[in-house]
Amino acid sequence: MADIPAAGTVPEMRRDEELTTADGRPLRVALRRSQRQLRRRAFYLVAPLLVFLLVTFGWPIANMIAGSVYNPEVAHFLPLTSSAISDWDGEDVPGEDVFAAMAMDMESGLANRTIGRAAGRINREIPGARSLVMGTARDLEDMQPPYREAFLAEDERWGDLEFWRLIKRETRIVTPAYYLLALDFEYNSRGEIVERPEIYQVYRQLFWRTAWMSLTITALCVLLGYPVAHLLATLPLKTSNVLMILVLLPFWTSLLVRTSAWIVLLQQQGVINDLLVWANIIDASGRIRMIYNQTGTIIAMTHILLPFMILPLYSVMKTIPPSYMRAARSLGATQFTAFTKVYMPLTIPGVAAGVLLVFILAIGYYITPALVGGESGIFISNLIAQNMQGTSAQLKLASALATILLVGVLFFYWLFNKLIGVDRLKFG
Amino acid sequence: MPEASTRQSDPGAASYVRFEGVQKSYDGETLVVKDLNLDIARGEFLTMLGPSGSGKTTCLMMLAGFESTTHGAIYLHDQRIDNVPPHKRGIGMVFQNYALFPHMTVRENLAFPLKVRGMGRSDIETRVKRALEMVELPNFGDRRPAQLSGGQQQRVAVARALVFEPDLVLMDEPLGALDKQLREQMQFEIKHIHESLGVTVVYVTHDQTEALTMSDRVAVFNDGVIKQLSTPDVLYEEPANAFVAQFIGENNRLYGEVVEAGDAGSAVTVRLDSGQHVKALPVAVSGARGERTTLSLRPERVKVNPPEGSVPNVLEGKVAEVIYLGDHIRTRFSVAGHDDFVVKIPNAAEHPRMHEGDMVKLGWAIEDCRALDA
Amino acid sequence: MKRKTLLLAAAAVLPAAAAVAQEGSLTIVSWGGAYSMSQQKAYHEPYTDKTGTRILTQDESANALAGIRSQVDAGNVTWDVVDMLQADAQRACDEGLIMQIPHDEWLAEAPDGTPPSDDFIEGTLGECFIPQILYATMFAYNEEAFPDGGPQTVADIWDLEAFPGTRSLQKIPQKNLEWALIADGVPGDEVYDVLATQEGQDRAFAKLDEIKDNVIWWSEGAQPPQMLADKEAVIATAYNGRIFNAQVSEDQPFQIMWDGQMFEVDGWVVPVEKSDEQLELIKDYLYFATDTQRLADQAKYIPYAPARQSSVPMVSTHEETGVEMQPHMPTTEKNFQNAVQFNTDFWADYGDLLEERFNAWLAQ
Repeated sequence: MADIPAAGTVPEMRRDEELTTADGRPLRVALRRSQRQLRRRAFYLVAPLLVFLLVTFGWPIANMIAGSVYNPEVAHFLPLTSSAISDWDGEDVPGEDVFAAMAMDMESGLANRTIGRAAGRINREIPGARSLVMGTARDLEDMQPPYREAFLAEDERWGDLEFWRLIKRETRIVTPAYYLLALDFEYNSRGEIVERPEIYQVYRQLFWRTAWMSLTITALCVLLGYPVAHLLATLPLKTSNVLMILVLLPFWTSLLVRTSAWIVLLQQQGVINDLLVWANIIDASGRIRMIYNQTGTIIAMTHILLPFMILPLYSVMKTIPPSYMRAARSLGATQFTAFTKVYMPLTIPGVAAGVLLVFILAIGYYITPALVGGESGIFISNLIAQNMQGTSAQLKLASALATILLVGVLFFYWLFNKLIGVDRLKFG
Repeated sequence: MPEASTRQSDPGAASYVRFEGVQKSYDGETLVVKDLNLDIARGEFLTMLGPSGSGKTTCLMMLAGFESTTHGAIYLHDQRIDNVPPHKRGIGMVFQNYALFPHMTVRENLAFPLKVRGMGRSDIETRVKRALEMVELPNFGDRRPAQLSGGQQQRVAVARALVFEPDLVLMDEPLGALDKQLREQMQFEIKHIHESLGVTVVYVTHDQTEALTMSDRVAVFNDGVIKQLSTPDVLYEEPANAFVAQFIGENNRLYGEVVEAGDAGSAVTVRLDSGQHVKALPVAVSGARGERTTLSLRPERVKVNPPEGSVPNVLEGKVAEVIYLGDHIRTRFSVAGHDDFVVKIPNAAEHPRMHEGDMVKLGWAIEDCRALDA
Repeated sequence: MKRKTLLLAAAAVLPAAAAVAQEGSLTIVSWGGAYSMSQQKAYHEPYTDKTGTRILTQDESANALAGIRSQVDAGNVTWDVVDMLQADAQRACDEGLIMQIPHDEWLAEAPDGTPPSDDFIEGTLGECFIPQILYATMFAYNEEAFPDGGPQTVADIWDLEAFPGTRSLQKIPQKNLEWALIADGVPGDEVYDVLATQEGQDRAFAKLDEIKDNVIWWSEGAQPPQMLADKEAVIATAYNGRIFNAQVSEDQPFQIMWDGQMFEVDGWVVPVEKSDEQLELIKDYLYFATDTQRLADQAKYIPYAPARQSSVPMVSTHEETGVEMQPHMPTTEKNFQNAVQFNTDFWADYGDLLEERFNAWLAQ
């Protein structure tokens, strides 16, 4: 126990008696002041990055999350209707006051071109409502009060209780409706949350598929990357450098080019099928479909993400001295035992870093599944992208889906931290 | 090959580890180990000593099984082992940087060799406990190697190499990473363990003090061959060649050629390059006239201003430097054209202090002046 | 191709920039590729020559709706004129992102004095939309795959025994559902009425189910001709311009099956929040670029039909190859017989719902 200082070498200190500097200031204060200066300088150094991150990262994400619940269309663009309908009991077609308010909202909405946004919002849940509202709004100048009768004469759908209940429900500024949709739920006409009909259910399935395919890809990356990284770490420098370039080469090639190369290789009239036919392993009519499905996505993405597994693994393996394996062998372990009991546990920080990188990258992948995934191999991000190009309601749905994905990734990160400890990871 | 088989079935009874004509080459062009023949007795503490690149570590690795032999055979316990994989050789090994598994606790490290041997849980527990007590770390079982000091790690490494009770333990510069004080302590402890357990130890080091203090015998390696294999005292006092004389301990060298062989090989007369004649004990010279030789002389065997006629060899020397070292005074002289002639003068009453520039007479006995290879 | 476009753009822009920097400039957004080049030749270059106004082009039409929305939301609208599909224009118009356009006030009359609102083909004008071309999406096939003759009707597409092989369809519900109903016997002019009902939708999806296992899906316009050329698919839906290119420029043995072609309109929109000054410039450009001659000129470069009736007789030959363009126009009598107009209003109402159902159906 020579490491522990002998008792008495540390001067004893009484808590209540504060130490002071030479000029009489409390030592604690002086220390804090000198450190504050250092901290401030450090802050100035990172400030540009911080601002950059806030502008390019924090702000858009906050915007996205806000957009996924923001629901101003009914309240803002049908203001009179919104207040008139608040007293409605929802049991019978609303009275003239609501219809008259609707007519006035339409009039002003036509003038300042906001009626379409309200109509679009309602249409999101009642298809056809858009043309109903727009059509009636255009015909409004030919109508006379009482509007209840006039509207019902124009189109009987104005007597639809579901329509009015929706308006009443969606007068709120913040709505969970898009999150419900994103999880394949919806409001029924009574305002209860129910599962959507099966023919419309897609998002949960896609989330689930994205997760398990990403896991499969991650597992394949570990299986393929581990031996390569081991080779890289143990080969003589000259050989390993050549191998390292081969590993890095994909990094320097455009993602699109790599994905297209896989199409050329894997398609039914592609190189691999041609070879198999030529070698008489399959006949020409039995060409294997390896692309435009899950297989294609898994193959192409495993290839593309492999370097992200190999590099952290390599950097960890490089630091494991060969003497550990030798020690294990000299202690009586077979090559296999030495590998599994000594070498592999030591590579866990690298495996974990690789898994974290590959899985998180995979779960948000977009281009490759879009090009080679066909219909069964696409990811949730493909639907997010598709919805982003659509109507504003679809954009909000995309925001909700993206937020759920983000939360999912954060959850995975948290879980990972719990299980492995992120501070133990070695990224390279 | 009847001859070979006889040799195999007839190893020296006293030999426990035996290298037989072992050669090793990495590149197929140069030999790192040249025709090594070595017998190690059971219970012996044998040290392989030599500068880096002399082949000592390669020999150890071949014995452990981590390097293959290019030619020759290695026997352990009368069994040829150079084709046996390392984990089946049953040899304990302590590595240069300990190679304690960082992801296991001390206890798990110690239990590892027992576990892979399929030993029962309670057996393992008692053995690990005993091993920890042996290295005086009974309460450190739950720590990780990183939480131990260098010396503690060293002890655990020794304990791990011994816990499965091998008859042979190899140590590859185990104390290299420790500071001087700790190293000396550990030398003592390892020696103590060796004596109390009676295991055979093959120890590799480039530190001659370590070799001399711990070993039963030392094999001095240079350039892939054993230059001398002897007990420490013989090695120091009777170096067989210039390399050993130079490598072990401090050594003054004078160069010259044999001018006259003495009677019955008891002494030769050597004319130094500076012209003086010196009588020396022929060790590695044939005694032929004109043969080049290196005379080796330990600094503590040189007498300053010896009484007239008490020693056969007397040369004039001029004090070049005086270094006070407490128990002795290290004095450097210019003698016979060399200005690196060192004499250790005991700090005793009969020796007067000397000063730079003083001229003194330096003398020595014939048997302290060994005529070695050039 | 791309380099050519760049050179042309540079040639157009450089002298103009030098001559009339203070004349102002227009940022025009379009689809890129051959289509943008046809506009460059037929509209932009003559306009710059005439007025000196610089025209900056951006190839962003694929993201036009999202792009305009984010510019309007951010209060910084940099796009002046945007080339857009009619369906997207409808959505943008509903959301108030683009200007309403008084066609007779802004646009040129036909040479015979017909007002624009009568000259443009019926059903193509939109509240916020100036039509430019009609293009068709229809089935095309590789002749080599069908030595005895390819499919002749939409119903043939569903006949896997007579016409075996992989079909390639666009990965959207639009048009595919219509064709499914037509193949199931619904007359072209009733398709949207049927599709507006739950039963009609079920029927369309059920019909698609019949060929689902023989379909690969495309998402970029360049994919179907490539798939036909690679024989990854023997029949594909495609834009008629893409197939024309493959036939004429690449000599591919492709045939267009005009039966059941769905034609759609592509045209100009103007984002809101333009300054009066800029708006005058925009109006001037649109007056020029959408007149009878200009629309007819565009057909020299790409086989899309001009949206003005008065332009149709003026369509001549392909500038590059000299091919007579009339037979390749979707509006030519022979090609137009069983044409179905893509109903943007229907899809504005049912798009969200049917896209979701389509995705769910795909994912099953």
